[in-house]
Amino acid sequence: MIRVENLHKYFGDNHVLEGIHAHIKPGEVISVIGPSGSGKSTFLRCINLLEKPDEGEIYIKGVPLIENMKRIDALRQQVGMVFQQFNLFPHMSVMGNITMAPKMIKKISDADAKDLAMELLQKVNLSEKADAFPNRLSGGQKQRVAIARALAMHPEIMLFDEPTSALDPEMVGEVLEVIRNLATEGMTMVIVTHEMGFCKEVSDRVFYMDHAIIYEEGTPQQIFEHPQKKRTKIFLSKVL
Amino acid sequence: MVWYYDLLQTLSNGVFGTFVKEDRFILLLKGLGVSLELTFFAAIIGLGIGLLVAISRINRIPVVSSIADLYVTIIRGTPVIVQLIIIYFIIIKAIFPAIVTAMIAFGINSGAYVSEIIRAGILAVDRGQMEAARSLGLSYRQAMIKVIVPQAIKNILPALGNEFIVLLKETSVAGYIAIDDLTRAAMKIRNITYDPTTPLFFIAYLYLMMTICLSKMLTSYERRLREGD
Ligand SMILES: Nc1ncnc2c1ncn2[C@@H]1O[C@H](COP(=O)(O)OP(=O)(O)OP(=O)(O)O)[C@@H](O)[C@H]1O
Ligand SMILES: [Mg+2]
Repeated sequence: MIRVENLHKYFGDNHVLEGIHAHIKPGEVISVIGPSGSGKSTFLRCINLLEKPDEGEIYIKGVPLIENMKRIDALRQQVGMVFQQFNLFPHMSVMGNITMAPKMIKKISDADAKDLAMELLQKVNLSEKADAFPNRLSGGQKQRVAIARALAMHPEIMLFDEPTSALDPEMVGEVLEVIRNLATEGMTMVIVTHEMGFCKEVSDRVFYMDHAIIYEEGTPQQIFEHPQKKRTKIFLSKVL
Repeated sequence: MVWYYDLLQTLSNGVFGTFVKEDRFILLLKGLGVSLELTFFAAIIGLGIGLLVAISRINRIPVVSSIADLYVTIIRGTPVIVQLIIIYFIIIKAIFPAIVTAMIAFGINSGAYVSEIIRAGILAVDRGQMEAARSLGLSYRQAMIKVIVPQAIKNILPALGNEFIVLLKETSVAGYIAIDDLTRAAMKIRNITYDPTTPLFFIAYLYLMMTICLSKMLTSYERRLREGD
């Protein structure tokens, strides 16, 4: 589903990704953990080219992204992204946020877009908020709308960058619940997270990133119960 | 308190000579008309230029955007009177009548400030908005039109209003190229009556009323915007 080969990224002199290799199968749920500044967000953002890699290639369903930079708008539709800061469009209602892209890009009718939006809102438990504007929603509600908005393009892959880090603790659960359901439905997902409990429970594999590479990877059990490498052990001893 | 009574005395004596005698109020009315006309068309020209300049600078269009940078630097770094006189005497006096030249000159001047206002308004929209739109598959253009510009307008419109208030006041130097705007009308009357106080206070009052009106409209508009949030 996603294949990442020898991915390098620099910000000026700062070598942020020093050769990432990864192979993610359809339906797999990957959690990315690691210390702050290790390149987790950058890695995720490279997957839908919000950051342009300096070297290497990313294949989505076998199609090389960088080689097909000109078609990037079309390729991006297959990959949904959810941000730490929600990034809802404040000048549109919840309904508007969800229907805008499908109407604009897939040219589906207004009625169909609304049906789709209601279906997705039901899925994230927010049917009653269709006409609300983002500033009237709590953080947890905003993030669930953001997930619905991304799902409206029917992506085959979902990327989450610390989806619960900006939330008050009592709202973390409702958002994780939605992500958990997506996992059950077989969505391919890459989740950057600091929620170790959730990570252990939901992921098929865990990437531990440190010093600009995937330093260690394995099943949650391997990583959390039997980490092999020194820095992984130190990190886990701090966060668990 | 003596100066106060003196001033009142001068004003009441001056009113007849300044406004009534030989229908001089018509001179002032015409001047007012010219000032408003000049401001209005300069504003439109400025808006057009500002928009184009802002777009080319934001998109960093090669060559064009460096010219745009230079334009903004020069206009913002030199006095408007100097610009007006240069454009009038050296560049386009031969082609257009003075009033059109003035509209173009003030438009060119205003355009630099308008472009900065538009640029700042667009850059003030959170970066995450563009990223969210792009991640949904929108092109840069689509994201600009649907997501960025509608939010930027809220930042831009109040600042544009201020720019037009400034413009209205700045057109008062149009007399330098012999345009009979409101200020020059007052100076002409003074030259006839030898009473500078009455006409100058009067036009100061007019300018003040106009700018206060515009500010009030702006404030109520901004309040409505904030309630919309
Ligand atoms: N737009 C940018 N410009 C310059 N440097 C950047 C930019 N984005 C990230 N960096 C740098 O790249 C490095 C990796 O950042 P990244 O955001 O990927 O880390 P992270 O693992 O997501 O950290 P965190 O857990 O704090 O979110 C950091 O040193 C950061 O300062
Ligand atoms: Mg991050």
